[in-house]
Amino acid sequence: MDVRKTYKLYIGGEFVRSESGRAYRVDGSVNVPRGSRKDLRDAISAARKAFPGWAERTAMNRGQILYRAAEMLDGRRAQFVEVLGGGRVAAREVDQAVEAFVWYAGWTDKLAQVAGNTNPVAGPYFNFTIPEPTGVVGIVAPSESALSGLVKRVAPALCGGNTVVVLASESEPLPALTLAEVLATSDLPAGVVNVIGGYRRELLSWLGAHMDVNAVDVAGCTPGDVAAIEKSAAENVKRVIKITAGEMSPQLITAFMEMKTVWHPIGV
Amino acid sequence: MAIAKRQRTELATHKFEYAPAPESTDFVKIEPRYGLFIGGKMVAAHSKKRFATINPATEQKLSEVVEADATDVDRAVKAADRAFVSWSRLDPSRRARYIFRISRILQERARELAVVETMDGGKPIKESRDVDIPLAAAHFFYYAGWADKLEWAFPNRKPRPIGVAGQVIPWNFPLLMLAWKIAPALAAGNTVVLKPAETTPLSAMLFADICQQAELPPGVVNIVTGAGQTGALVVSHPGVKKVAFTGSTEVGKSIQRSLAGSGKRLTLELGGKAANIVFEDAPMDAAIEGIVNGIYFNQGHVCCAGSRLLVQESIAEPLLEKLKVRLGTLRLGDPLDKNTDIGAINSKAQLDKIAGLVEAGVEEGAELFQPECKLPERGFWFPPTLFTNVSQSYRIAREEIFGPVLSVLTFRTPAEAVEKANNTPYGLSAGVWTDKGSRILWMVERMRAGVVWANTFNRFDPTSPFGGYKESGYGREGGLHGLMPYVELN
Repeated sequence: MDVRKTYKLYIGGEFVRSESGRAYRVDGSVNVPRGSRKDLRDAISAARKAFPGWAERTAMNRGQILYRAAEMLDGRRAQFVEVLGGGRVAAREVDQAVEAFVWYAGWTDKLAQVAGNTNPVAGPYFNFTIPEPTGVVGIVAPSESALSGLVKRVAPALCGGNTVVVLASESEPLPALTLAEVLATSDLPAGVVNVIGGYRRELLSWLGAHMDVNAVDVAGCTPGDVAAIEKSAAENVKRVIKITAGEMSPQLITAFMEMKTVWHPIGV
Repeated sequence: MAIAKRQRTELATHKFEYAPAPESTDFVKIEPRYGLFIGGKMVAAHSKKRFATINPATEQKLSEVVEADATDVDRAVKAADRAFVSWSRLDPSRRARYIFRISRILQERARELAVVETMDGGKPIKESRDVDIPLAAAHFFYYAGWADKLEWAFPNRKPRPIGVAGQVIPWNFPLLMLAWKIAPALAAGNTVVLKPAETTPLSAMLFADICQQAELPPGVVNIVTGAGQTGALVVSHPGVKKVAFTGSTEVGKSIQRSLAGSGKRLTLELGGKAANIVFEDAPMDAAIEGIVNGIYFNQGHVCCAGSRLLVQESIAEPLLEKLKVRLGTLRLGDPLDKNTDIGAINSKAQLDKIAGLVEAGVEEGAELFQPECKLPERGFWFPPTLFTNVSQSYRIAREEIFGPVLSVLTFRTPAEAVEKANNTPYGLSAGVWTDKGSRILWMVERMRAGVVWANTFNRFDPTSPFGGYKESGYGREGGLHGLMPYVELN
C-alpha cells in the first residue's frame, strides 16, 4: 500500500499547510494547498529575512549551491518525469531545468565581470559599477513548461543574490511544489526560495502591491494579470520583469539586479 | 584648541569683500515667444494657450511658450515616427556624426547656453558654466561614439532601436537632463519627443536651434513645451514606445500606473533623501566641503543631494561648529554674478514647499540654524539652512525637500550608520567619508543606493551610470548601462 504525499507550501525552509486550512484539487486526485494572503505575507517576510545573508554569500558559494540544486534535481529525474506526465516531452523538460541550474550556477562568479565596469571618468577619480541584487523577488510561475519555465526564472534571480517567492501555477502546481523539495535539500538557506500554491485571483494582487517586494517577474501571467500587477507595482516603484519566457541570458540575471556606481578620488 | 577656536571665530567675523562680477547678457537673444520644435522646424502651435517663463531671481518675464495640447503632441509623435524609419536605418557612423556635431555646437555656444540656463532657472552662473553645459556637451560626445559600436556593447545580442521615445525632464538641470535623455536615445537609433519642465523651457528652445544648425534630419528630435498635462499626453501617446521620466517620485508612480499594460518600456529617475556619512577619522575640512557641495549645490535642487548628514557622535560638535562657520561664507544672490554660491529658488511653488517643510521641522522640534544672510527683495530666495536635533521620524528627515536644507543626525557605529542611511524608501545616492579603505568598501556594499560617493560628493560623468534603487526609480542613465533602456535585445 502506497504512502501518499501531502503537498504543502514551502515557507522559510519549512513545509507548512496553508494557514487557511484550505486546499483545491487540480486533476481530481491530489489536494494542493490553497495559500492565502497571510501565507503570502509569511513567505515575503521569510524572503526578506533571508535576503542579507544570501546576498552576502560569495559568488562562488552561490554557484556551488545552484549546482547542488542541479544535482538534486537530476537525482529525482524519475519523480519529475512522472509529475510532468511522463514520456519524452517530460524528460526533455527535466533536462532543460537541470541545464538551467547548471548554466546559471556558472554565471554567479562571472556576471560582475560582464555586467560591471570601470568607468573612465574625466577627472582624478576611480569609478566602478557593480551589479547588486534588487532584494525580494516575486516570480509568477508559468503553466507551460511548468518545471523548466520556472527554473529559468528562479535560477537567474538566485544567481544574482535575490531571495524569491514563487507563486506556483494554478493549473500545474505540482512541479513547483515538488521543486521545493529539491531546493530544501540543496543547501539553500531557509527562506531564500519560498513556494506558494493557490488561486491566482486570491494572491496576485497582493504580490503586486506588497511594499516589501522589490520586483515581480510576470512570465507566467496573462496580459490582463500583467496590467494589474504593473498598476499595483507603482505603489513602491517595483521592477516588473517582462522578458520572454524560455530565454536564458545574463540580461535576465541583471533584470533582477541594480547597478551601483562608486566614486573615489585618486590622490596621495 | 583654544587657538584653533579663536581662528575659527576670526574667520567667521572676517568678511571678504567682493566686487560685483555679473556675466553679461547682451549677447543672448531670447525670443519674446516660442513655438514648438516639430519636424525640424519651429512651428506655430495648435494650442492657443501660452504661459510665461520668468527669471526666478528677478521675477521678470523672459519669454512666452506654448502649452502644447493633444493635437500638438500628436503632430510631434507623428513627426518622430516618420523620422524613425530613416534615422534607424541610417548608417550608424552617420548617426554618430550628427551627435558629435551637436556636442561641438554645444561647446561653441556654451556661454550663451550657460547664461540662458541661469536666467531661466536661477542657478549660479559658475555652476551652469562649469557643470551643466560642459557635462551636457560631454554626454553627447560620449554617446555619439556608441552609435556605431552597439554590437560591442551587447555581445551575442543584436541591439535594435525601439522607436519613438517620449521623454519628460525636470527643471533642476534643464539642458543636462535633456542631454541625458536625447543622447543615448539618438545613438541607439531612436527618435525623440521631449518635454522640458514648465519653468525652464528656454535652453531646450535653444537646443532646437542647435539641432537645425547641426542639420539633424527633421523629426529626429521634437520638443513640445507645457506643464504636467502636456507631459501626460507625451507619455500616454500610443505612438510612443519608450518613456523616460526624471522628476518626483509621486509623478513617477503615476506614470508607472498609467502605463500599466501598455507594453511601453519605462525608466524612471525619481527622488532621493541621500545620507552623507562622516566618520570620525575623515579629513574634516574635505568632508565639510563635501557636505556643503552635497546639499547647497544648485540650491539643493538635486535629486541625489546629500540632504541627511550622518555624523559620528564623537566629532559631531567640532564638525558642526566648522560647518556653521562655512555656511556663513556662502554668498547668496544674483545668479549671474560669477562669485555667487547660492542662486535663486527655481519657482514660487518650490519656495513655498521648502518653507513649508522647514516650518514643519521647527514645529516637530528640530533646531534651526541659518547664517546671517541678506535676501534680495525681488525673486525667490531661501538661505542655507541646517537642522540639528533631528529625529528620523521628522518630515525633514524623511521627505525630499529639494532645497538648501540639511538635516543632521548622529551615529555611533558603522552598523548604525548603515541602518539609518537605508531607512528611507529612496535609494538614489549616498556619501561616505573616512580615511579607512576597508571601511569604505564595507559601507559601499551595504548602502542601498545607485551611486555612492566616497570621500567626494555630487560628481557626474557621461561614462558613469546614474540611477536609483527602490523608490528612486529604475534604469540607468550614463555609461554603457545608459544604452540599455534604448535598445531591444534579441
